[in-house]
Amino acid sequence: MPTRSINPFATSTSPSSTAMNEKKDQPRRSSFAKGNKFTSLFGGGSPRTRSEAAALQAAIVAQQQALLNSPSPQQINTATISLPTINLTTATGEKMPSEPKTLFQPPSPEEARRIAKASAQFGPLGSQSHRYTSRFTGEFADPIEDEPPYYFLITTYISYLILIVFGHVRDFFGKRFRKAHYSHLAEKDGYAPLNSDFDNFYTRRLKMRLNDCFARPIMGVPGRYITLLDRKSDDGNNTFKLLGSTTETLNMSSYNYLGFAQSEGPCADAAEATVKKHGITYTSPRSDAGTSELSLEVEDLVAKFVGKPASMVFSMGFVTNATTFPSLVGKGCLLISDELNHSSIRFGARLSGAMIEMFKHNDMRALERKLREVISQGQPRTHRPWKKILVAVEGLYSMEGTMCDLPALIALKKKYKFHLYVDEAHSVGALGPRGRGVCDYFNIDPSEVDILMGTLTKSFGANGGYIAADKHIIDKLRAQNAAMLFAESPSPPVLMQIASSLRIISGELVPGQGEERLQRLAFNSRYLRLGLKRLGFIIYGHDDSPIIPLMLYHPAKMPAFSHEMLKRKISVVVVGYPATPLVSSRARFCVSAAHNKDDLDRMLAACDEIGDLLQLKFSSGVAGGAEPEEWASQGKETSEKAIVKAPRWRLTDVIKRGVEDTKVQLR
Amino acid sequence: MDLHEAQGTVVRLFNDANAQFHKMPGSAIIMRYIKSSYQNDPVRSAIELFLFLFAVRYLLAPTYSTQKNKQVSLTEEEIDELVDDWTPEPLVAPPTPFEELENEKRPVIVGPTAPKSKLTNGRTVTNLASYNAYNFVANETLKEKAIQTLRTYGVGPCGPPGFYGTQDVHMKTEADVAAHLGTAACIIYAQTFSTISSVIPSFLKRGDIIVADKSVNFAIRKGIQISRSTVRWYEHNDMEDLERVLQKVTKEQAKKPLTRRFIITEGMFENVGDVVDLPRLVELKLKYKFRLILDESWSYGILGRTGRGVTEAQNVDAREVDMIIGSLSGSLCGAGGFCAASEEVVEHQRISSASYTYSAALPALLATTASETIAILQEQPEVLNALRENIKAMRAQLDPRSDWVQCTSSVENPVMILRLKPEVVASKNLAYQDQQQLFQDVMDECLANGVLVTRVRSIPLGIGENPRDQSWQPTPALKVCVTSGLSKKETEKAGITIRHAITKIVTRRK
Repeated sequence: MPTRSINPFATSTSPSSTAMNEKKDQPRRSSFAKGNKFTSLFGGGSPRTRSEAAALQAAIVAQQQALLNSPSPQQINTATISLPTINLTTATGEKMPSEPKTLFQPPSPEEARRIAKASAQFGPLGSQSHRYTSRFTGEFADPIEDEPPYYFLITTYISYLILIVFGHVRDFFGKRFRKAHYSHLAEKDGYAPLNSDFDNFYTRRLKMRLNDCFARPIMGVPGRYITLLDRKSDDGNNTFKLLGSTTETLNMSSYNYLGFAQSEGPCADAAEATVKKHGITYTSPRSDAGTSELSLEVEDLVAKFVGKPASMVFSMGFVTNATTFPSLVGKGCLLISDELNHSSIRFGARLSGAMIEMFKHNDMRALERKLREVISQGQPRTHRPWKKILVAVEGLYSMEGTMCDLPALIALKKKYKFHLYVDEAHSVGALGPRGRGVCDYFNIDPSEVDILMGTLTKSFGANGGYIAADKHIIDKLRAQNAAMLFAESPSPPVLMQIASSLRIISGELVPGQGEERLQRLAFNSRYLRLGLKRLGFIIYGHDDSPIIPLMLYHPAKMPAFSHEMLKRKISVVVVGYPATPLVSSRARFCVSAAHNKDDLDRMLAACDEIGDLLQLKFSSGVAGGAEPEEWASQGKETSEKAIVKAPRWRLTDVIKRGVEDTKVQLR
Repeated sequence: MDLHEAQGTVVRLFNDANAQFHKMPGSAIIMRYIKSSYQNDPVRSAIELFLFLFAVRYLLAPTYSTQKNKQVSLTEEEIDELVDDWTPEPLVAPPTPFEELENEKRPVIVGPTAPKSKLTNGRTVTNLASYNAYNFVANETLKEKAIQTLRTYGVGPCGPPGFYGTQDVHMKTEADVAAHLGTAACIIYAQTFSTISSVIPSFLKRGDIIVADKSVNFAIRKGIQISRSTVRWYEHNDMEDLERVLQKVTKEQAKKPLTRRFIITEGMFENVGDVVDLPRLVELKLKYKFRLILDESWSYGILGRTGRGVTEAQNVDAREVDMIIGSLSGSLCGAGGFCAASEEVVEHQRISSASYTYSAALPALLATTASETIAILQEQPEVLNALRENIKAMRAQLDPRSDWVQCTSSVENPVMILRLKPEVVASKNLAYQDQQQLFQDVMDECLANGVLVTRVRSIPLGIGENPRDQSWQPTPALKVCVTSGLSKKETEKAGITIRHAITKIVTRRK
């Protein structure tokens, strides 16, 4: 069947053959567009290749247009082989025929190449059953955090001890015998060292060992697959040399939640048209001459999307937070921030000059205690009442995969009259039945939250950030916000990417596709999380969150895991201290709507193997992953005595049961 | 009966514990040690027991603070009452009339930024408010290249540079900028504005010393604030004063441990428009052993034969400057900022500069555009000359001919900063707010005559901050951004319009 030559996982195959297929599949896929990409890398290349590229481009655009214009259901029935970039399926959820009923003609090489490219960015949906609606049900509880046996914790500490001791020994001898290598830490001609020895120790002695797992350069679109530029280091990760070859890997690392990182399809088409019509940039800050009709249109769309009366967009997410806090709070105000809030919130908070208090991550009782204390005590020393209190939380925490407890926050807000700032950097687009973030997920009226901030980088495949609030707040911010006055405005193609992706999600453009993306993301998140739990890994975070941290604990397992994954052509992010507590190093997977079940099965198979190899399966079962029957019987007893069996499913069972079990509420 | 049972339990527990203890590795040694020490020296055992008990007590003791507790203790009811009583201020203050007007009058462009831009009110005006110096916005080749990149890389990189967000185009742009400037390395940030305010705190910490120009821009000020370093200011562009300050700092610090010392200034000042005396600055920096951070956001791409900025214009080797911060947005038509420096300095930023590490990377198409425009500047230096001709034409219309304003910008700066002459301010007794209002009126008048200009924006007042406490504000001024997209004649015509508008508004004011 020709479908298989394009997508080897089109129908459910056994995991072992999946693994085999994937290996055969890789080299072919990575080779197809290299020439084209390389010419653009090295300054445009020769005119011949350029004209070829242009011709190809034109052909692609024409085909794309033809595909977009044709009504979607027809496509599904007649041309399974020529599935477009995005699988336009009917929204009714009926079963798609798995076998093409008509005779088909083999696609031309160019067509095949185009399909391969498109599905490398956005995987075709395997089956209509691989969809789920992300919606809050039941009672919100903090996810249970499983703990590994003490043996693992102790050995983790020992690992760090060894690393630190070795580091100091190497420093001791190095500073005496290899002075040149340590010159940047020593005083030189009356200049103080640029980096302090102490601050630099972690980077020099611990991070350097896993440097090759960070900042891997890529090329092309970070979609379903991501193309890494191969590199190697001859000096212990100090410097890297590019080898000139590339590896196409499954992308479990980009914040491409809804799969809008695409160089084709309606978004890219619209962005291209915008470059032609509006140019590349606005070359001016918003308050001077950088406000265009397009920016106002996008602000309108964003406001409607998140359900607030007004909004404003910025060219960078970090700066959105960094400049908004100083224009909301200041001297005499208090900012209460979750301890795991993003660096940009801390940056903005420090600039604002307000007092800053922290509370334990997602602990609403701790927040209430803190609120009672600060309101009753007033400002320090003077004991005057606070001018205002702003509580800043994130919708979805990027390292933990946990969501904020919005219903509880709203209840507290009513009682304690503070203002609420929700940073939806990761949650907007990724959560909720309509993808509108945490408010949508919990079915809470967005007007209950004072300020909704978010980034446009992640789910929308664009760049920048937004602030949405009541109109009078936005009006004030427009006049007061430093980024509005001094920073560059978002550029037209970026604005258009935002506008078109928002329109797709809300169903205004290509109806059905936005819904499909949202539901695929929700399904994929739950499917992978459940599968990993069943295999016996310790996974943090809430069930519906597309951020899936897999706990590794040992520092040495970070590079090992990353390397093993890379061997299996999967790129993952590993994070350790200082982004996480010292002991809880982890690998973080970001699920995307561009993945399909086959990708996730491949991921599960890889995790299964690596889990055995690196001894990572140490969950006790308290956090879920148990047999549904077992869980059901326990639910009836509701006693704590019932011994939880540590889940260690076989991969085949996980994959077999996954699809149906993903859709029921499991513990 | 009960007692008996309890006794039995205790004995059983004891036996269990004993058995457990014996199972523990090393328990035999402990037993032997205790036994032998007791037999030989009961006093020693007693002391050891006492020490052991003391250690246990110490470990179990609650932690206490050495500071006196300043909290008022309140009952739960009192707290509830206080919570009920507390009425917070609204999140934002009501807008001032000036802000309302500003929001209302903000020009909205339809279509592309161009020398002749169309506004939403249907009029086409001469746009001298955008930093579109070379009119690269209209360059078709650049657009084509941008579209090519878009079709290979999509729009956003969907991740921070450390987590698979570094694309080959970013590396190429970094290499291009480094090669253009002649530095060893370069790092690209996603936004110019955030670059320097993140670079400064990644190197400077509490206790370090910054000597900065009094007129540096907002972003530098915020970077200094975040770094929590000790700041000394010197008079704007006054090298004598700088030397005095450096001498003073060196003297003060002579007996203290050596800390990092930096001079931070701008190449071409955002709020004044003049250019720094770099050779002298480098001389002073070397003499007093300071490092130098030079913000070239406004001079990179403008000054010098091929747009390399102050270093090229004043014949200073870029490697003499420890860090050069520049912009790829504005006249270069891309987006993002960069920091060009030595390998070591750049690599340090990749892990410790907040807005690089914790923010998404620059969209690929904007990075390639910047690369392309840098190539144009190098290959066709005549574009710079065309701009300079226009600057000359505009300047001739404004600076010597106007009785009311003077231009503080350098002769090669396309952004003309026009301030009221001191004698005008004195004779008309214009306060800060009045001058701002006056320039806003000039802007409106110019717009009515078909020329869009802008003004120097004042730094927003912090919440809860008293206007009197605010340390520094840029002097109100009109900003006229010259572009080579207009012909010399059009530029002159716009200049005349601006001059007449200024005259009209200033003379109207008694």
